[in-house]
Amino acid sequence: MSAGECSTAAAADQPTAREQVAALRSRGRRRLRLVVAGLAVLVLALMAVRVLLGAYTVTIPDFFRILGGEQIPGATYIVMQSKLPRAVGAALAGAAFGASGSLFRRTLRNPLASPDLIGISAGASAGAVVAMTVLGWRGPGMAIGALIGGLGVAGIVLAFARSGGARGSGGATTAMGSEKVIVAGIALSSLAMVIVSQIVLSLEKGDLQSVSVWTSGSLSTANWTRITWLAIALVILLPLGLAIHQALAPADLGADFAHGLGARPERTGFLALVVGALLASAATAAFGPLAFVALLSTPLARGLTGGRPSLPVAALVGAAIVVAADFLGTEAIPGVRLPTGILTGAAGAPLMLWLLIRSKSKV
Amino acid sequence: MESTGASTDTPAAAAAVAAGTPAFRLRGVCLGYGGARIVGPLDLDIPAGVSTAIIGANGCGKSTLLRGLTRQLPLMGGSIEVLGTPVEGWPARAYARTVALLPQSPVVPEGMSVEQLVERGRHPHRSWFGARTRRDEAVIASALERTELVELAGRDIAELSGGQRQRVWLALVLAQETPIVLLDEPTSYLDMSHQVELLDMVRALPDPSADGAGGADERAGGRADGQRRRATTVSVLHELNMAARTADFIVAMAHGQVVASGTPADVLTPAILAEVFDLEADVIPDPLLGHPVVLARGKGQTAAVEGGLSASLSNGADDGAS
Repeated sequence: MSAGECSTAAAADQPTAREQVAALRSRGRRRLRLVVAGLAVLVLALMAVRVLLGAYTVTIPDFFRILGGEQIPGATYIVMQSKLPRAVGAALAGAAFGASGSLFRRTLRNPLASPDLIGISAGASAGAVVAMTVLGWRGPGMAIGALIGGLGVAGIVLAFARSGGARGSGGATTAMGSEKVIVAGIALSSLAMVIVSQIVLSLEKGDLQSVSVWTSGSLSTANWTRITWLAIALVILLPLGLAIHQALAPADLGADFAHGLGARPERTGFLALVVGALLASAATAAFGPLAFVALLSTPLARGLTGGRPSLPVAALVGAAIVVAADFLGTEAIPGVRLPTGILTGAAGAPLMLWLLIRSKSKV
Repeated sequence: MESTGASTDTPAAAAAVAAGTPAFRLRGVCLGYGGARIVGPLDLDIPAGVSTAIIGANGCGKSTLLRGLTRQLPLMGGSIEVLGTPVEGWPARAYARTVALLPQSPVVPEGMSVEQLVERGRHPHRSWFGARTRRDEAVIASALERTELVELAGRDIAELSGGQRQRVWLALVLAQETPIVLLDEPTSYLDMSHQVELLDMVRALPDPSADGAGGADERAGGRADGQRRRATTVSVLHELNMAARTADFIVAMAHGQVVASGTPADVLTPAILAEVFDLEADVIPDPLLGHPVVLARGKGQTAAVEGGLSASLSNGADDGAS
């Protein structure tokens, strides 16, 4: 008789514990499914609001006729060249930042360790601006510049974290490492933003308009080419990120426990930060840094799941934030168009202060 | 001996225990960090199927030795055999199905229920994206039962007391279903009643690789409950009297070396305590259970004649018993 049969038989004598475990399990799953479904509906609803409402309204039948290829003077152009690409671009960028934030948060176990705060987005921004102005690259070249910038900052920050992790307990995955990451990241973030603003200030007025995207982030540059590139990046990075996010589960208990469970927390954590940095850099390459979206998404997502880390939930929250911020930025004050990144930054600053107070009191 | 498919995972483990192979055989083992040797070179056999306590002063290398036994630290020299098999080249997950660790200060994750945490113990038994099976559920349920956590299964770990939390970690390690469990100071933050409760649970941990092996557990040690073979447990303990009460085998370490190993009565002597802890102490037998009890003394407070107090007390106890 095998051990498996034996245990099953033993457990059948006390059905209560097993039933309770099974019931808890299905309850947890149901909640997660409900949250994901609810958020997906919310993101779609916000996108519909973004496309249909505002200073220029489009009726639902008109929208579907436009999607079907019909030419309605004025409306077709506004929907296909501005409203729809902005809504889709906002959702994609938000999902990328949200997923990235979730990966950083789980790996470094610190609510402040998000890619926007530790300079990944700023590095990507600087990379894009340098590629564009100094090297004269355009289009994909700029995106490559952004990826190099974002990964460069991630590499430097990680090197800092590894330089002095607690002995024997694994570099960046320790709480001590994560504090170093945050301090080093904030310094690098400021440096990158100084580079961006110096270059922006030295530009001719014509270029100024297009480059200002890199200081705060905006969806005004949304077009189908950028969306296609970002979508391709997400199709590769999101499933990869999801798999790595789940592989981080043993590391939630600390490096010692993770080793005891046969996991390799250092390796998984390194991969998580690389994929997270790529996600944030890709979104930045498309629409600029969009401050605090990554920082905001994860705590909000955890609030919805009851504290459980979930990458899909964080990605959906990020998407909802950016679509909503883009709509408010363009439509809330008549005649005034605020860049999306200004709005997310304004919403994120108080939340960051709140997180700072809370994380202090918890540690 | 009836060895009709003793285990799903480690059939060798059951056979090794039955054959009297030590759980760990260390020969010339050296361990350290960044080239600095902290432990060794040491030779040590840790017996299988019984509870072992590692004692020693702070910084003597106990935790480092434990990290070596989990393979978290690479060997700087020497060799380790686990149940007769050299540890080199074992895949990490397979090793985690044989040796589990309850570390000294696990991170308490946010928003995780007791049951979700205990489920983490199934990690080495699953493939990537492996779905939870009925067997996983049965193992998790029985781990919760054994640690008396069924009522708390749905609670958030952050809401629990220190003693309850420590039982959750123990349940997690139980769900890992390993024949060997290592515990790094499992009683550090517990009051005395919870220390006793936890260490008694640790002592009673069954050897999962012996499931269904029938009566093949005669040699499991004098204090075994006779029903099932016990798991090998190795705990780093600070409380000497707790170690004496709950361990079958004690390893005393000082300065990265093993000073003495054997039964509590063999190891917990005034001479060895002086060497290991630089502590003057008297040792008397527990009047009821018979294990040694360490009485710490200040300078010059020990019984005038070496062994005098313990001799007179043990004579008294013998008289009372006879």
